[in-house]
Amino acid sequence: MGLFLRQDQPWRASRRETALSGVALFVVLMAVWLLNSGHYTPLIIGFGVASSLLVVFLSWRMGIVDREGLPVHLLPRATVYAPWLFKEIFTANVDVAKRVLTPFEPNISPRLFDTGVTQKTDLGRVIYANSITLTPGTVSIGVKGSYITVHAIAEDVADGLQEGEMDRRVTWLEGERR
Amino acid sequence: MSGALVAEVLSWAFIVAGSVFVLIGGIGLIRLPDFYTRIHAAGITDTMGAWLILIGLMFSAGWTLITVKLFMLLFFLAATSPLASHALAKAAFLRGLEPMLGRGLEIEGDHD
Repeated sequence: MGLFLRQDQPWRASRRETALSGVALFVVLMAVWLLNSGHYTPLIIGFGVASSLLVVFLSWRMGIVDREGLPVHLLPRATVYAPWLFKEIFTANVDVAKRVLTPFEPNISPRLFDTGVTQKTDLGRVIYANSITLTPGTVSIGVKGSYITVHAIAEDVADGLQEGEMDRRVTWLEGERR
Repeated sequence: MSGALVAEVLSWAFIVAGSVFVLIGGIGLIRLPDFYTRIHAAGITDTMGAWLILIGLMFSAGWTLITVKLFMLLFFLAATSPLASHALAKAAFLRGLEPMLGRGLEIEGDHD
């Protein structure tokens, strides 16, 4: 069983978690293959199964088949978070567009500041930092411990972020476990 | 109005709206003063510009496999474009490029 019990890689997730995530990864890869291929003959589907299995095997060897690598457990709450994020991105886009198009001088007052994060897991922090960057007007520049360094295009935008609604929502998305 | 016509009109409305946002992003790239503020303008192109055009294309594709693929594109864009922006900003920051700050856009001393 030396192939499946890697004592030399203590960061690996438990076997149960790895097995569940591996199956989920295979299902996702297969779905992507089927939706992108459009050819449903045994040969082509066989290629799909073979490549999906190969990718799952390689990912497993790299030790990245776990809940963090394929966060399916976030899916139910993500369906609530994503629409809110899209709404937020839309309003931010309109806001930045107005600032860019202000006559004579763009209406900006750039800020560089650290903002605290309340997420417990690395995955939660990545989601928060990416949400910040995805929203026009704010870009995350670095993550240090429980702080994210953010560049904002204007003071109001910076204040809006520091009110922390996005932070609270990502922490909620991250959930209780772990 | 027939369904096909409605889809056609919606499709073009979204594509034109997306193009306007791409144009605003381009104008922002020229008008804004420094690297960090220009990233925000590029963010408009990355998000609203690209997404509205993709949604417009979905309306013209209808309920087909192509729409599913466009939806995947939307997802992959949403996952990868912030990574690119972040990588650029972080690289510039670590190399010591100082952002212009405040309303008067003065360059302040070292941050930290």
